[in-house]
Formats: sequence, structure tokens, C-alpha cells
Amino acid sequence: MTPAQIRDEIIAILEDIAPDDDLSDLKDEVPFREQLELDSMDFLDIVMELRKRHRVQIPEEEYEQLQSMQSTVNYLTPLMVNIG
Amino acid sequence: MSTYDTIIIGAGMSGLAAGIRLAHFDRRVCILERHYTIGGLNSFYRLRGRDYDVGLHAVTNFTPKGTKRGPLARLLRQLRFRWDDFQLSPQVGSRIVFPGTELGFGNDIDILRGEIAREFPSERDNFERLLERLVDYDDLDQEAYDTSARAVLNEIIATPLLREMLLCPLMWYGNARERDMDFGQFCIMFRSIFLEGFARPFAGVRLILKNLVRRFRSLGGELRLRSGVKRICVDNGHVAGVVLDNGDELTANNVLSSAGWVETMRMCDDVSEHVETKPGQLSFTECVSVLDTEPKKLGNPNTIVFYNDSENFHWEKPDQDLCDVRTGVICSPNNFCYSPSDGELPDGVVRITSLANFPRWNDLTEEQYEVEKLKWFDRINESAVRFVPDYRNRVVDYDMFTPTTIRRFTWHDNGAVYGAPDKHFDGRTHLNNLFICGTDQGFVGIIGAIVSGISITNQYLLRD
Ligand SMILES: Cc1cc2nc3c(=O)[nH]c(=O)nc-3n(C[C@H](O)[C@H](O)[C@H](O)COP(=O)(O)OP(=O)(O)OC[C@H]3O[C@@H](n4cnc5c(N)ncnc54)[C@H](O)[C@@H]3O)c2cc1C
Repeated sequence: MTPAQIRDEIIAILEDIAPDDDLSDLKDEVPFREQLELDSMDFLDIVMELRKRHRVQIPEEEYEQLQSMQSTVNYLTPLMVNIG
Repeated sequence: MSTYDTIIIGAGMSGLAAGIRLAHFDRRVCILERHYTIGGLNSFYRLRGRDYDVGLHAVTNFTPKGTKRGPLARLLRQLRFRWDDFQLSPQVGSRIVFPGTELGFGNDIDILRGEIAREFPSERDNFERLLERLVDYDDLDQEAYDTSARAVLNEIIATPLLREMLLCPLMWYGNARERDMDFGQFCIMFRSIFLEGFARPFAGVRLILKNLVRRFRSLGGELRLRSGVKRICVDNGHVAGVVLDNGDELTANNVLSSAGWVETMRMCDDVSEHVETKPGQLSFTECVSVLDTEPKKLGNPNTIVFYNDSENFHWEKPDQDLCDVRTGVICSPNNFCYSPSDGELPDGVVRITSLANFPRWNDLTEEQYEVEKLKWFDRINESAVRFVPDYRNRVVDYDMFTPTTIRRFTWHDNGAVYGAPDKHFDGRTHLNNLFICGTDQGFVGIIGAIVSGISITNQYLLRD
């Protein structure tokens, strides 16, 4: 997956978790927590959705990499490069 | 023999919510329900051509669309529902009525603030101090939880009457303990009722239940009705599986039970018949009157009226009688702000909840039971019309259920609606793959039970 495709996939996951949220003007560099008020349960769900959909395993100590869209995409790019 | 990742005992709110989480993340999950229908303490039925809800007065924890925080928003995200899926219409307004004093409240805390300033001017600042003392849902620790709510109130609120009036609705909608309340539970109920609020789907609880069960099934979850669990088979400190009432055996890696703590322990074949926990004592009767007019046309625009006929609120199992009619809850399901496209409910309805004594109801012969039901239906309504305009000559149909009805359809000891007074917050048991959720885990009510099912599942059953 390219970084752009990964971004789309994260958007799809967020839409699934918070269908009432408008994600069209999500700012990539601002933490999700500040824009969407996601709580720790929701972060865990992003991790679990990535595992469910793409078999990507993220160790607990690296959850902090998922703070914003930018950091998430940066972190996932090498992990998902071979995923179609 | 089939093997599941998780077997869930009970298709009430908590079991269904847990099932959705597990099925969503591709676990093999089966919900076993003894009754022929779903819903448990908050189910629905049809009688003489009319739809009835078993429990539903109001869904608590109501927050408007777009709210990101709080239990309702959280459970919608966790279960992947849209806010609109639950079709919640907010309440019109509710009242706490004691002799000579009334406090109105709604889904905006400023209403209650204003009422307290009017009725108890000297308590204005104290009420603000009470609001500051409330602990947030996620910050409750065991110590804060176990403190006596009455002790905290005595410290902050000077007027005894106001203390009783504040406790009345909070105890009615979620206190398993007699007389006093754990401060943690007080905070939870205060938030869910006074700071969040009441709402109801136009179609009643069936709408919520149908959403839950449809979702569960569409994710591949298996639901078996008329499949009571008789025994939980224990092998070496570990649950190996369950035996159903009909003798069938099922195996699973984990079992999650919403049947109640004592009730679950009793099923474990390594636990002696005697379990060291006090079962809950508090049970209710519910009198439902169908009217040929709307309650508001008779002069009752309130959603819920919590009444008490003296200055002291007695939250305990009635000792001397089958019921205690000194206090009660009057709910008018018509009095919610339904959307114009819904129209009006087909009938006017008044529902009254009263405290009841399970052993006394249970000891009656079948014939006595029918007689007592009639007698108490009249007494309860007679008590209620001291607090709302009389509706009794407008009743066209009615139904009443008692603690033994609750017990018969949910198998909770004593028909205890809020379960045992001592909760098991961590959801764990003496067995490493048996967990409990729902009423006895700690959270009660519709929203509480759903949150309970979700959080125990997240903690233990989705972690591998
Ligand atoms: C009269 C009344 C009014 C209420 N009003 C409201 C209200 O207005 N608002 C609100 O929010 N809440 C209300 N409640 C409370 C709310 O209904 C409950 O807190 C909530 O439904 C509890 O859900 P639960 O999943 O914890 O338990 P339950 O609903 O009890 O679910 C447990 C399930 O397990 C099943 N079961 C038990 N033993 C076995 C077994 N051995 N094998 C298989 N299945 C088994 C039972 O049949 C049941 O379906 C009311 C309750 C009552 C009784």
C-alpha cells in the first residue's frame, strides 16, 4: 500500500468507528484525540481493525505512533508496503 | 460437539453487546439464552393486541447527537452504530415530588439548578460543591466507590429533605444496596440522570434489542434461544464447557456470564451449593395502565415522577407487606419529544414501579397470587394519584408484573432488578476463563449493561 492508500484505509476505519463524525477536514498533523475526542478504547479499536483487515500486528508499546494521521501513516508505511 | 472462542450466557443487553464485539472481531461466539426471547430484564411482549415493554421507562445517559463523550457516545462507537440508529427522543421533563416540595429536572442540569435555588435557596452553593465532588466514570477507584453516599451528602448538603430528594431518583434507577448507596454508584447515577438525561425510542425497547440482535447475527454470531445453561463444567481451575438444560454439551475457550454472580457460581460444578455472597433484596412490581387518552390531556405532562409521601425516603425491601406504596416511580411513555414523523403512541400509558418483597410474593398460592395482584394494583394506583392527576377512570387495559415474574423470566435470585449489593468490577471469577458481565459486574440499566458487556469483553476476551 502507498501512503495515500494507507491514509484512505485509516479514514475508512475511523468512519467505521465514528460514523457520525465528519472526517472531511481532518488535519493530518493534529492528534486524533484533539480533533475527534477518541478515547483509549477507540485507539485500541484502530489497532484491532488493522489486525482484522490487514493482519498488521502493532505491539502495545508502539500505540503512541498512532497519535495523528501523519504519524500513523509514517509508522504504517514500511509495515504495509507489501500489502495489496 | 462444537467449540467456540466464547460462550455467552444470557441474551440481555450486556450479553448481546459482548457478542457484537466478539463477532465483529471474528471470534466464534454463541449466546445461550434460556428464555424463548431476548432482552432479559428489559424485554418486550404482546398482550391482547398491544405492545408492552417489560422494563423500559427511559434510557438514561442520553446525550444529543454529536456528543463525543460519555457512555452513550462510547457504546455507539464500540458497537459501530450511528446515533440515529437508536432513535432516541429526549424527555419532556421529570419531577421529584415529596410532601410540600417539588423539584423539576430535565436533560439540562440548569433546570435542576434553578429548582434547587428556588426551593432550597440556602443550598445553592452546596449543590455546586456536590457537583464538584462527583467523580467521572473513568476515574472511579475502589476507595471512592465504597464510600457511603449518605456520608458524602451529609457533609455537603445541610437540608435533610434535599438529600432525600436527590437520592430518590438515583436509588430508584440503579441502587442494589438497601438504605445507603455506594458513592461510586451515586456518581454514576447522578451523571446518567441529572447531567446526561432521559430519552426513549418511539418504538420502545424492541428497537434497541432488534438493532443489537440483527447486528450480532449479521456478523456471524450464533444465538440459541430456549437454551438454558444448567452447568458450567470445571476441569482443573479451568472452564471446559457448559451443559444445557436439555443435556447437550458445548465447549469453549472462554465463558462470559450475564446471569448474575451467585447464579453463575451456582452453575459451576466445583462450587458448593452455598455461595458466600449476599444476593440482592430489592425487587419491584410494575403496574402498566393503558388509557383511552394521553396523560398530558389529563394534566400530567411529566416524563417521570419520582414520588415519596414523607420527608424520609425508605429504600429497602418492604418487610411487613407484599409492596411498599410510600414511594414509587410514575412513567408516562407518551411524554417524550417524539419527532413529528413518529406521531403519537397508539395509546396513553402510565407505568408505576413500586418496591416489593420477593419471598412474600413467592410464597403465595396461585389463587392468592391473582387476588393479591388485583389488590395491589389498586393500592399502587391509589397511592400514585396523590402525585399526578387521577387517570383511573380512563384505564382500558392493564398488566402487572411482580418479583416472581422477573425471577421466572430472568432467573435472577429474588427477582433482584439491580442484582447483588456487592459488585465484581473486574468481572473475574475463581476460574481463569470464566468472566461475568451485566448487573452484578457493576453497571446497571440499559446503557450500563451494554457498557459492561463491552468493557469486560475488551479487557479479557479480545486480547489474544
Ligand atoms: C421493571 C424494570 C424496569 C426497568 N426500567 C429501566 C429503565 O427505565 N431504564 C433502564 O436503563 N433500565 C431499566 N431497567 C434495568 C435494565 O433492564 C437492566 O439493568 C438491564 O437490562 C440488565 O441487563 P443485563 O444484561 O445485565 O441482565 P439481564 O437482562 O438479566 O440478562 C441476563 C440474561 O441471562 C439469561 N439467563 C439467566 N440465567 C441463564 C442460564 N442459566 N442460561 C441461559 N440464560 C440465562 C436471562 O434469561 C436473561 O435474558 C429496568 C428493569 C426492570 C426489571
